[in-house]
Formats: sequence, structure tokens, C-alpha cells
Amino acid sequence: MYAQMIKSTGEGVKSLEEMDPQERAFQERINAGGKIEPKDWMPDGYRKNLIRQIGQHAHSEIVGQLPEGNWITRAPTLERKAILLAKVQDEAGHGLYLYCAAETLGVTRDQLTRDLLSGKMKYSSIFNYPTLTWADMGAVGWLVDGAAIMNQVPLQRTSYGPYARAMVRICKEESFHQRQGYDIMMKMANGTAAQKKMAQDALNRFWGPALMMFGPSDENSVHSAQSMAWKIKMNSNDELRQKFVDECVPQAEYLGLTVPDPDLKWNEERGHYDFTQPDWDEFFDVLKGNGPCNTERLEARNKAWDDGAWVRDGLMAHAAKKRAAKLAAE
Amino acid sequence: MSDHLFEYLCRMGDNTLVLGHRVSEWCGHAPVLEEDIALANTALDLIGQTTLWLDLAGEVEGAGRDADKLAFHRDVWDFRNLLLVEQPNGDFGQTMMRQFLFDAWHLLQLKALMGSSNAQVAAIAEKSSKEVTYHLERATDTVVGLGDGTEESHNRMQAALDKLWPYVGEMFTSDDVDAAMVDAGIAPDPASLRPAFDALLDDVFTAATLVKPQDDFGHKGGKSGKRHTEHLGHMLTQMQWLQRAYPDATW
Ligand SMILES: [Fe+2]
Ligand SMILES: [Fe+2]
Ligand SMILES: [Fe+2]
Repeated sequence: MYAQMIKSTGEGVKSLEEMDPQERAFQERINAGGKIEPKDWMPDGYRKNLIRQIGQHAHSEIVGQLPEGNWITRAPTLERKAILLAKVQDEAGHGLYLYCAAETLGVTRDQLTRDLLSGKMKYSSIFNYPTLTWADMGAVGWLVDGAAIMNQVPLQRTSYGPYARAMVRICKEESFHQRQGYDIMMKMANGTAAQKKMAQDALNRFWGPALMMFGPSDENSVHSAQSMAWKIKMNSNDELRQKFVDECVPQAEYLGLTVPDPDLKWNEERGHYDFTQPDWDEFFDVLKGNGPCNTERLEARNKAWDDGAWVRDGLMAHAAKKRAAKLAAE
Repeated sequence: MSDHLFEYLCRMGDNTLVLGHRVSEWCGHAPVLEEDIALANTALDLIGQTTLWLDLAGEVEGAGRDADKLAFHRDVWDFRNLLLVEQPNGDFGQTMMRQFLFDAWHLLQLKALMGSSNAQVAAIAEKSSKEVTYHLERATDTVVGLGDGTEESHNRMQAALDKLWPYVGEMFTSDDVDAAMVDAGIAPDPASLRPAFDALLDDVFTAATLVKPQDDFGHKGGKSGKRHTEHLGHMLTQMQWLQRAYPDATW
């Protein structure tokens, strides 16, 4: 998912009896499947958590442009180039919807951007991995967008109205992203020996990082329990990860590729695949800033922002002049 | 005749291919999110137009080449794009000035082509002109906004205009290919587009407080393919690399 490791501020979930009437009415509305809208009262923790979660999600869409943007100028056919451009354009659009959703909670896009650029706010660990061959465009669409969908489909029912509505728009586009990725994988896996090698290599490198997208196990986490009570998190991390593995393994088989997990096997009794956990030490390293591309990704975003300052200033100055001229004419 | 038409269609398709590629280099690096989206959208339109022009070029040539074959398997001397569009992005101002100068010409060209005696050419022009109308609007707004923005943005836009101006003249030059197109009623005489182009530029530059350079010297060699700039070769090494390195693969 795009929002990993969101720490809530609560100390555990209060029962309805422990709540004051205002909070109780709020919680009961959520329990009944109602939506919370920007002007409604909400607990501070709910607001803060949502800002972090939606902000992290938005930042992920923005930074997520970079690993795929890395291949737009090398796309092998005009059609592939067009599809990839359309996809990356969608991701920027997702960032925009999500920043708008976050702004309804009383932060500005500029504030959130500054926190991303300073490293104070995070984005998904997955975008700190490099894209090294064309097959990576397949693996990213198939696995990364696939994992994102797994997380975002349930979030269409999240309790915060603007977030839920942003998710509905986003999910419509994500399935196209996953399909185009899988389609690239099909071509590669059924192509020349070199293409097959690229496809397997991409799966080898992206499998573990994709499993990490759901975040570490949160079965016993008070933070997750609170988020789930507020319905800003709909499933546990392990639940989603399992669902993802169950879906991807047959897809990998269909491609004729090997999932890089020697202990992967179907468990008849559970009705799920047993699989090896990804390397969580690596995950925490990436979160700390030590992923293969953390430095480049943040540098690229900072450079874009700094280089763009004169453009933003110029356009604002022009808009102010126009407003003044209009006023003077009235 | 079909040789000339092939050349002409390559000119149209190579312009959109090369400019689409350049614009796509911005992906993820634009000054604001809205610009990331708009630049990707412009690139996407241009790549779509490329497919139409170059597929038709391949059809006219009749040698079994399609748009991909033409885009990824020709070398520098076979490219027929204007020198303007292969110029590097520079800063955002230079990118948008290049876009404006090209769009201003491109839209006039497409509008004229909508009346082409060749129905396929007219159809592509009609479809493209809708997209390019929007490109021109957006480029105009940006040139005006930044030209008449802060002192810094003004200076950068003037510098961009001064730098790119020597690449404007080529759009209005004529050769055998153009003459053959005019004779067949397929395309307009390039020089005939100049008055409308100049009028638009005068309006926009006045609003943008920018000064059109006096010197009308124009570099040539792009649309004829006789002498491209050094930049095109580097672009092609990147753009064509996968196709060249794995020629037996399909993607
Ligand atoms: Fe997205
Ligand atoms: Fe995404
Ligand atoms: Fe996506």
C-alpha cells in the first residue's frame, strides 16, 4: 500500500461508553457506514491520522512518477511510450486528487510538499527501488499497481468522504495500470531468451519490495486497531499481503516465471499460499533513507521544486497583475 | 510524387515524434504538479499524432515499414524534423517558448491541411488540430504569464526567445517537396503561413512584454535532413536503444 507505517495518536480504541457524546455520535455514524465530511466535527487524532495517511499516499503518487518516467524516453514502441505516458500522467493526477482531499482537512499542498522535500513526510518504500530494464515497467504495473489496488479498493468505503471519493476515481484508473504492466510481462515472458531473462530478473527484484508495500505485520498494533475503528484502514496488513500473494502466484505461473521464494507452496488446509516474509531489515533501512534510490528520488523532487520556483513566482505575479488591472477597470 | 509525399509525411511525423520525445523528458520534473500533467498530456498527443503520420508515410512508401520501423530504425540523416524541435529542453521557459513557436506554426499548418486534396492527410490534420488548439492556448498563456511575470521570469523568457528565434525561419522555407505538395493540392506553400504567424506572435509578445528579435537569420537543414544539430543523435541513441539492441524482439 502507499501509506505504510502510519502511527495513530490514540492509546487504543475507546469503547462507546468511554466517549463523550460528541465523539460517540461520530463513532456511531462511522459504525453505521456513514461518511464524515470536511465541515463535520471530528476527533483531533482522526484528522491528524488522515492528513498523514492521505499525504503519504499523495507523495507516493508523485515520487512514483520517477521510476517509470525513467523509461518513457526509452520505451521500445510508440504505443508503449504512449501507454506509459498516459499511466504516469494518471499518477500525477492521483497525486492532485489526494492533495485536494488532504486540503479539506486544513493543510495546504505547499505545506505537505515542503514536508516531503525535507524528508519529514514519507512516501511508499517501493519507489526507492531502481527500474533497470524494460521488464521493470511490466513488473511495476503488475505488482506495484497490483498491490496498490489491493489496498485502495477497500478504501473506496473509507469513512472520510473526500478520501473515499478520491479513491473511487483512482481505482478506475489503477486497473488499466495493472493490465498494461501484466501485458508487458506477457510479451517479455513469451519473447526472446533475453526478454525472458529480463522478465524473471524483474520479478526477482520486485517481489520482496512489493510484499513490503503492505507494511509489517500489524496484528497486535493499537495504532491499526484505532485506524480500523475509524475506518480509515479497512484490512490488516497481513490480510492484504496474503490476498496479494494468492492472486499473484497463479499469474506468475501463467507467465512461466518463478516467484523467488523456495518455500512458497499452496496450503490446502488454510486455502492460501504459505510464503516467506520479505526482508524486514531491508524495509526498515529503506524507511530510514537507505534504500537504493532514496537520495536520488528526493534530490530529483527537490531539484524540480527549486528549479521551478521562478516559474511559480512568475505565474503568480502575472495573476496578481491581472487581478489588479481588472479591479482598476471596474 | 509518392516519394515527395513520403518525405512530406515524414516531416510531419518526425516533428511530432521529436518534440513529443523532448516534452516527455520532463516527466516527474516539472515546476508544479499541474505542469507535470499538462506536459505528459502534450507529449501523449504528439506521440499519437506521430503514429498517424508515420504509419501513413510507411503506407505511401510501400516498403513494408510502419510507424515504429520509421521511428526506431532510421538514423539522423533520415530524420526530417525542424531543427527547432530537436533543441534541448533548457529551463521550463525555453521548453514553453519552443512549444509556443512550434504550436503557432503547427496549428496554421494543420488548419491548411484540413483542406488537403489527400483525404487521409485531411483526416489526420482534423484530428490533430483539436489537440494542437489546446497546446497553443496553453503555451500562449504560459508565455504571456511568464513574460509578464517577475523580472526574472521575464528575462528568462526573453532569453529563450532570443535563443530559439534562429530556428523559426526554417518553418517557412520551401523546397522541391513543398512545391510538389502545393502542385498536388496536398499542403500549403510554407511561406503563405507566415503573415498569420507573425500577427499571432506580435499579439502574444505584446501581451508578454517580450521583444521579437530583429535579425531574421534562420538555420536550415532539419526538414531537408541535410544537417541536423548535434542534439538529435543523442536523442536517438536513447529513444532507439532497445529496438536496436534487440532487433529480433517484439515488445
Ligand atoms: Fe496511482
Ligand atoms: Fe500508483
Ligand atoms: Fe497506478
